[in-house]
Amino acid sequence: MTSRKIEILVGLFVAAAIAAFFMLAMSVSNMSSYGGGDSYELKAKFDNIGGLKVRSPVAAGGVTIGRVTEIQYNSDSYEAVVSMSIEEQYNKFPVDTAASILTSGLLGEQFVGFDPGAEEDFLKNGDVIDLTQSALVLEQIIGQFLYSKADEEKE
Amino acid sequence: MFGNLIDKIQHLGVVTLGSFQRLGRAGVFLLEVIASCTDLLVKPTLLVKQMFSVGVQTLIIIVVAGLFVGMVMALQSYYALVDFGAEDSVGVMVSLSLLRELGPVVTALLFAGRAGSALTAEIGLMKATEQLSGMEMMAVNPMRRIVAPRFMAGVISMPLLATIFSAVGVLGAYVVAVQLLGLDSGAFWSQPQNKVDLYEDIYNGLIKSLVFGLIASWIAVFEGYDCIPTSEGLGQATTRTVVYSSLAILFMDFILTALMFSK
Repeated sequence: MTSRKIEILVGLFVAAAIAAFFMLAMSVSNMSSYGGGDSYELKAKFDNIGGLKVRSPVAAGGVTIGRVTEIQYNSDSYEAVVSMSIEEQYNKFPVDTAASILTSGLLGEQFVGFDPGAEEDFLKNGDVIDLTQSALVLEQIIGQFLYSKADEEKE
Repeated sequence: MFGNLIDKIQHLGVVTLGSFQRLGRAGVFLLEVIASCTDLLVKPTLLVKQMFSVGVQTLIIIVVAGLFVGMVMALQSYYALVDFGAEDSVGVMVSLSLLRELGPVVTALLFAGRAGSALTAEIGLMKATEQLSGMEMMAVNPMRRIVAPRFMAGVISMPLLATIFSAVGVLGAYVVAVQLLGLDSGAFWSQPQNKVDLYEDIYNGLIKSLVFGLIASWIAVFEGYDCIPTSEGLGQATTRTVVYSSLAILFMDFILTALMFSK
């Protein structure tokens, strides 16, 4: 085999590998959702974040508009502080927007849901969302249910 | 009676010291090879030629194996998941296991069997027929001319092969899951996009395959260079290459998985 032919085949091999990498990166992984676009940061304080994780989605009306970037615990106020990076194109959330931790499906992953308010001013980079609703903890709900059942039977 | 026992203890000592000596020789050898790799920047043609015999000629078995591994995994995970109504997760399951584990590991095992054994046999035969000493006589350094290009070609080819393996595997799973089992094609692609992370999964898989490529090529060229230059010694060296590389790859895979994915 001539060296020219060998070089062409090796070139094709490398090109195929690069193409395979791009195919994996674009259509299998979450690279498309990293999106080079600009984003701004919002914070929200929750009593209980349940199973929320870094990189969990942030959604408004079911559409993913950003991701959770950081989760910290504030030991002064005994609250979890969730930082979120929201895409710049969704920059018109009123300051009285409510953030709640929701679950997709019965056992699905948890995400932060935004419920827009009615104020004229919009949330800016670094703002903190005051109206929050914590995650539903299944054990607590079942516990409450059992207690109320027990009370009913006593009466 | 006692003489026999002392003989055995002596033998044990010889074997132990011998294997440590070999390990040390292999370490020094690796450093020498890496030092000799600088020449390849000046003469990349040698590297391209070896990339052909190490990489391109291994491609067919990698593509076929990847296709069937992906297809079988899709069938099996569908069978297990359909009971829970979670058959839409076939895409996630197949792509995660391919990218994290099966891609690098199976590629490395096939690579050790296909390319590693060939490297050992080639270099070993050169040693047995005294081509290596001949080169030294002509003031050509066989480390730079023979060993370094083969080693480097193996290190470069492995991540490329593993990437192709994973991609072909995912496509094979797609064919089975969507065309054959009738899953929704949107769910097949969108679930992995939510779950598979570019850095966490794809880059870590690439790092894994790079490490496996280094280990497999190192063992292959060392066994060839260090073999007993007889037809029997050559056969033993080739066997050792495949056995040692496979064991080392599986062991390293455990360590790398523990480092990368245990949270």
